[in-house]
Amino acid sequence: MDDLLREFLTETNESLDTVDNQLVRFEQDPNNAKILDNIFRLVHTIKGTCGFLGLPRLEALAHAAETLMGKFRDGMPVTGEAVTLILTTIDRIKEILGQLEATEVEPEGVDDDLINELHHMVEKGMESMTESAPPIAPEAPVVADAPLVVQTLERELRPGEVSLEELERAFQETAIEVAPPVAAAAPEPAAPVAPPAPVAEKPAAPKAAAPKPAAKKTAVEADQPEADKVANQSIRVNVDTLEHLMTMVSELVLTRNQLLEISRRHEDTEFKVPLQRLSTVTAELQDGVMKTRMQPIGNAWQKLPRIVRDLAGELGKQIELEMHGADTELDRQVLDLIKDPLTHMVRNSADHGLETPGERANAGKPEQGTIRLSAYHEGGHILICIADNGRGLNTERIKAKAIQNGLATEADIEKMSEAQIHKFIFAPGFSTAAAVTSVSGRGVGMDVVRTNIDQIGGTIDIKSVAGEGSSVTIKIPLTLAIVSALIVEAGGDRFAIPQLAVVELVRARANSEHRIERIKDTPVLRLRNKLLPLMHLKKLLQIDDGSSADPENGFIVVTQVGNQTFGIVVDGVFHTEEIVVKPMSTKLRHIGMFSGNTILGDGAVIMIVDPNGIAQELGALASNAHEIADENAAMRAMNAEQLTSLLVFRAGSTQPKAVPLGLVTRLEEVGVDKVELSNGRYMVQYRDQLMPLVQMEGVTVRTSGTQPILVFADDGRSMGLVVDEIVDIVEERLHIEVASGREGILGSAVIKGLATEVIDVGHFLPMAFADWFSRKEMRVSSTAQSVLLVDDSAFFRNMLSPVLKAAGYKVRVATNAQEGLTVLRSGQEFDVILTDIEMPDMNGFEFAETIRADQRLQATPIIALSAMISPAAIERGRLAGFHDYVAKFDRPGLIAALKEQTTEVVRQAA
Amino acid sequence: MTGTTTTTTTPKAPSADGAITEYVTTMIGGQLFGMPISRVQDVFMPERLTRVPLASSDVAGVLNLRGRIVTAIDMRSRLGLPKNDDGKPPMAVGVDLRGESYGLLIDSIGEVLKLADESREVNPVNLDPRMAKMADGVHRLDGQLMVVLDVDRILEISPDKLAA
Repeated sequence: MDDLLREFLTETNESLDTVDNQLVRFEQDPNNAKILDNIFRLVHTIKGTCGFLGLPRLEALAHAAETLMGKFRDGMPVTGEAVTLILTTIDRIKEILGQLEATEVEPEGVDDDLINELHHMVEKGMESMTESAPPIAPEAPVVADAPLVVQTLERELRPGEVSLEELERAFQETAIEVAPPVAAAAPEPAAPVAPPAPVAEKPAAPKAAAPKPAAKKTAVEADQPEADKVANQSIRVNVDTLEHLMTMVSELVLTRNQLLEISRRHEDTEFKVPLQRLSTVTAELQDGVMKTRMQPIGNAWQKLPRIVRDLAGELGKQIELEMHGADTELDRQVLDLIKDPLTHMVRNSADHGLETPGERANAGKPEQGTIRLSAYHEGGHILICIADNGRGLNTERIKAKAIQNGLATEADIEKMSEAQIHKFIFAPGFSTAAAVTSVSGRGVGMDVVRTNIDQIGGTIDIKSVAGEGSSVTIKIPLTLAIVSALIVEAGGDRFAIPQLAVVELVRARANSEHRIERIKDTPVLRLRNKLLPLMHLKKLLQIDDGSSADPENGFIVVTQVGNQTFGIVVDGVFHTEEIVVKPMSTKLRHIGMFSGNTILGDGAVIMIVDPNGIAQELGALASNAHEIADENAAMRAMNAEQLTSLLVFRAGSTQPKAVPLGLVTRLEEVGVDKVELSNGRYMVQYRDQLMPLVQMEGVTVRTSGTQPILVFADDGRSMGLVVDEIVDIVEERLHIEVASGREGILGSAVIKGLATEVIDVGHFLPMAFADWFSRKEMRVSSTAQSVLLVDDSAFFRNMLSPVLKAAGYKVRVATNAQEGLTVLRSGQEFDVILTDIEMPDMNGFEFAETIRADQRLQATPIIALSAMISPAAIERGRLAGFHDYVAKFDRPGLIAALKEQTTEVVRQAA
Repeated sequence: MTGTTTTTTTPKAPSADGAITEYVTTMIGGQLFGMPISRVQDVFMPERLTRVPLASSDVAGVLNLRGRIVTAIDMRSRLGLPKNDDGKPPMAVGVDLRGESYGLLIDSIGEVLKLADESREVNPVNLDPRMAKMADGVHRLDGQLMVVLDVDRILEISPDKLAA
């Protein structure tokens, strides 16, 4: 491409972005002559250069826009309509520029539509000026006449000439200290155009410009010199040159590291001092080159004022965009990566965060909402904050959605703080469902934003106060090229883990507080009362040499990615080192575990472990004991096949036993020395409470070592079921084949090819606390909701009724639809009906239809319980009159649905 | 990074009639191979090879060659030849592809031969399919055959072929 053209494209694109911004500012502050001058100058330069390069289409457009702006200078009132028109023109110019860049020729086409509109706007403006501003009237006809005369000659050239003349004059009079480049650019293009312009017009025009120059002069003088200085002291450098420089510095850093390594080995060499000097100089050089890659974050913000303006127009909102710290600098690579997420979040704030003027007024807030962008440095990081004073996040809606998506159970959520709940909006796939976007209206693609931020090793956090607004804070590293990394060893090889992701290091040792424990094959670490899922680096990388004789020992690199925390088990930890990230070879880039490779001080190449890759792997394994229940719930929700997570264990006999995992709160191993015998019952101190232990038939509490227990907790009370051994967690279709007559056993099912007894949790709960269920009923009796549970399977009746009772509902069970109808018609009132679908004689759909047909029962919500959740079944259920459709074994889902339905009843009743 | 011999690269002779191509000859698993000298950057002794977990079995590892990270390709594995068990350290032929450096691990390096293109014969149909994929004909030399290797095809390593 022609150098001149390339230069023009770069400059013009920059200028246009500035014009966009300036225009938005100008619209808000029409009396600011300085802004207008800026815009005018920019558009004029574009126009002039276009003429010079022979780009008639662009020139004509710029002319017409300039003419209109010229009128603004002359005092024509600034209307939103006019500004929109100019912005549209600028968009068109950009479009043409884009094609110009691609093809190197100006695309064919005409822009009469826009030019006519612009002219029309000029005329309209002149008319209104004539009416409203008589003093300027004498000049008006002169200018207005000009286009008329010209139209017979050369339509698009003449109107521009007039204002060009004016412009030149204005420049000469006002912009005394115009920057040399601009001054140089302006006369040049003017030359070919100016001659035909009648000199006679000169005397007329100054009057038009006259009222302003005085005021303008001061403003221009105040600001211009500074801008000029900056312009003169900077030069354009090709990005490639900078990239190359950066690469060379990286090499230098590596070489320095190598030299330092050698000097470390040889104690007393005369190289020590000069080497130290080299080291310092290299560090400074590295800093300096880094600085050349730095760009103000304002570059990423440039398009935002325009976007906000357009959105405000579309949404009928009044939005002010404040920007602070636009000159905060960061690496251009990072800048490119955060541009889109930033735009997205500002859009979000404008679209969903801020209310309409009406809503704001009702809430006692000023009608104009504010979005505030700020950026500042903080210890090797840059912090960017996007805040709005809108309605804030809808916590309730997020809660419901989190439960629905199986991200957390009702009980978990109750324990969470608002801030923790808000974090759910970053959960993958959380917002993809339309429901949240349209109803609570927040969180469109926030998971995508987070992914982008994660990729560059940043973190994101959200704060929200209902009714007051919300703010998102992004913390990102200044650069990606050179990072500090922890060098570790696994399977005999060294690897680098970026320090940014590392939270802490833990040395795990058998018999110490920190030791690696296992649930089946899943290693976990108990760290400050939390279970941390562990991954062995050598297993992840499949380089296990089998040498690890001591599975309880190891170094654990506690790593955080987003809100996921996990431990990477490594064989050894060496030191931290500033490493230069080099991209992986294209032949190796498919390996998600590595983000790149680097050369260490000793010259060896090592892989840089990508914590994001490990986090993904962890998610894929989905067997971390800590969140296993949640994850399985999510899996169940997704899985139409209706697999149930079952915890398989042994207790009392060799035959395996199982319990739906959703019912188990935690798996624990307690030291037998902690088990106490009190009042004839076994107790254990657990989380500052005395937890009773219940033994199954034939199970004895061990006398040494540790005792595995299953913990069932509810409403602050916990009980432990003593078992012999936790065998496994399996995903299976649960089908009770043989019912049991024995207490505590619901029946037998085939699980992983073995006949397994499924235990009845409801039987054991009252053994720990006799009042386990009654206590609830007493407490909530005044408001207790009643539920009719219809299910032909004894297993489900037995399993669900304790669950429902535990959740505070009064439960009446019916063994089939007929019995259910009889109960309903007997006059007993229920708040909710819960029914199975697959039942003999009358199935759930028919049952629901019958109830819907009964006038008296019509209003009672019905929830379907089914093992087969398919869109078709749900649709069928909706037609039959079900209010909700819940998967069997989805305990949190069921409770959430019940809550939703019953509160609706209460609300309707109120 | 010792033992490095940089060969001057000559522009590839047009393969018209009577054209001559220069080949760098190598021994891999007892078989003589030749690579067009125009594609060969240098020959070096690979040192401190770092294995890359989860990579294709054809990738022997990565190493640092004068500040560049070079991906080493195990030619024996690539050509379907048995692993080297004589304990001798391999040599490497440095080649470039789209700005990236690769080192092809070979048993030993031989002399540079000038051979006429017209004496090159097509691959025998019964050539091992793995080798045939990368072979670009055969030259009959005194007493032995030299298989011409196509560097581009050697580097067409599919990422899916993961090591077990």
